[in-house]
Amino acid sequence: MIKRQITYLEAVREAMTQEMKRDESIVFLGQDLSGGAGREKMGLTDTWGGSFGVSKGMATALGTDRVIDCPLSEAGYMGAAAAAAAVGLRPIAELMFNDFLWLAGDQLFNGAAKLKYLSAGKITCKLTVRTVSGGGQSAGMHHSQSLYALAAQVPGFKIAVPATPYAAKGALIAAIRDDDPVMIFENKSLYSSLGTVPEEAFQCPVGKAEIVRVGSDVTIVAISRMRLLAEKAAAELEDMDISAEIIDPIWLSPLDESAILESVKKTGHLVIVDEANNRCGMAADLAALAADKAIDYLDGPIKSVTSVYSPVPFSPTLEAAYLPKEADIVRAVLETMK
Amino acid sequence: MDLSKNILKTLYENMVLIRKAENAFQKEFLAGNIPGFIHLYLGQEAIAAAVCGQLKRDDYVTSTHRGHGHFIAKGSDLNKIAAELMGKSTGLCRGRGGSMHMTDMDNGMLGTTGIVGGGFPMAAGLGFAFQKMGTDQVAVCFFGDGSVNEGTFHEAVNLAAIWDLPVLFVCENNLYAQSTPQEYHQRVKDIAKRAEGYGITGESVDGMDVFAVYEAAKRSIRRARSGQGPTLLECKTYLYSGHYVGDAKGYRSQEEMAHYKESRDCVKLFTERVLREGLLGQEELDGISKSVDEKVKQAVEFARKSPLPDPAEVTEFVYSSY
Repeated sequence: MIKRQITYLEAVREAMTQEMKRDESIVFLGQDLSGGAGREKMGLTDTWGGSFGVSKGMATALGTDRVIDCPLSEAGYMGAAAAAAAVGLRPIAELMFNDFLWLAGDQLFNGAAKLKYLSAGKITCKLTVRTVSGGGQSAGMHHSQSLYALAAQVPGFKIAVPATPYAAKGALIAAIRDDDPVMIFENKSLYSSLGTVPEEAFQCPVGKAEIVRVGSDVTIVAISRMRLLAEKAAAELEDMDISAEIIDPIWLSPLDESAILESVKKTGHLVIVDEANNRCGMAADLAALAADKAIDYLDGPIKSVTSVYSPVPFSPTLEAAYLPKEADIVRAVLETMK
Repeated sequence: MDLSKNILKTLYENMVLIRKAENAFQKEFLAGNIPGFIHLYLGQEAIAAAVCGQLKRDDYVTSTHRGHGHFIAKGSDLNKIAAELMGKSTGLCRGRGGSMHMTDMDNGMLGTTGIVGGGFPMAAGLGFAFQKMGTDQVAVCFFGDGSVNEGTFHEAVNLAAIWDLPVLFVCENNLYAQSTPQEYHQRVKDIAKRAEGYGITGESVDGMDVFAVYEAAKRSIRRARSGQGPTLLECKTYLYSGHYVGDAKGYRSQEEMAHYKESRDCVKLFTERVLREGLLGQEELDGISKSVDEKVKQAVEFARKSPLPDPAEVTEFVYSSY
């Protein structure tokens, strides 16, 4: 049987569409979700589908009472979605770029993230926030950041960073069905990537990592799009007789600590690859985890491969220098195995 | 209306310069010479020309994601603008910012921003500094109809109002917030009406009529310079080029687009009027247009020939490295 291949973008749309058909309490809020909102009678609507075309056709298929275009008011509709999620609805709220988290931040981090705790567990905020991270397209410093660690710093949100079309669908369905607030960071450079995705609904369970490649010499934990770079680096390392195990955490919160630690105990070497920079981010977090709980098994220094500590530059030469590269991963592996 | 010949010529030159430069940038973008994505100012030229054209060099402007026109009309070097759009080391920000994150402090441009509504508090802050320093400088904040739905609009306009700050809030109401029509995203049609809620002066003008914008801006600037506080000036305009280069504009009707281009175009309206009233001659207009062509051509050539930044400079201007 030929396995069906769809893009990451189609996987996201399929997950939302299937779930919205299954559960009427799901509403979908965002900006320019249709394009030409309110112009149904003129036949001038559903022309955009969001900035990337993710939601194209959804307003027509599911109705504008459920696929709801919002004004440019990130704090407004994110807070509204959070409260609606506390009293019976199950909203999906799209933030066009994760760089706009600073605008919606109060409602999400002081609001949604804390509702369960402050109500002593009485409030379940069934909110799913979808947003877009990542550079590499000369989109500049206001549309290219990778801010999931910022969200992970605040207790209360579950966080997913899917790297494949499979995980884009599975993690999103798991997020929607989860009763706690979940934030999903989709990487804009992955939207057109193809992969095998089951047609039926399925879940990538909350908090479960994927072992992408089994290996014995070094563990590479690769976050979001960095998984693709790690796979290329692993193939290159194979030619040098180095067997790399790749772990894609998929979920940053809750983090599958045991998957990472078990692998490190087996290989004795750890390289972490993250598109965000190396300060107070996932690379530092995972290095601390290994240093704390697997130091006796480590046969070399923990290495991180991250972007450069700077705003994301616009010019292609500068952005290329900013982003982590396959060769950096190979170099880091060789260094820790020296 | 009593504008000198020099002012009329400058207004025309700036409108045509913005139009021709934007058309050239569009061409360069489609040819792959401009990375990322760009938002053009085509159709709205009268506003930048009329407002920026009467600012002093040390007056400051906060722009939007659609800011090329503001930079050009304020007098920034077109060569450096073009080079920045191409990410070159000779650009205004040496390639760091590109179209959406561009500054030119030598020319009073605090800059474009990729964050809708990001300019409001900054403009209030500029006005605050000018007031405290006792200068007669003013700050101009450009923004679109969509951005007044952001919380920063409310906070900054109120600050400017209670402190009587020398700020001009210039709304370029082009009827769309990206792809979402104004009639969908807000109940108020005349954004200038919001001024009343803050206790400041509000005025709504035809943004396609450069004379009307010029006069209204003149009044607002005079108020700001003389300590009478901020103004909310709404210019009703229309954007020809869609939200970004590549926007198929399926959310607009053909009739609407044709109407503005054919009957409401700011350059056409200006030309018809100055010729009809004998304020400028066809030869004068042709001369300006020709010199503008040369300027644009040179800027594009300069940008194309300029080198890309050295990758080793990536962390320059970051306080510390790790």
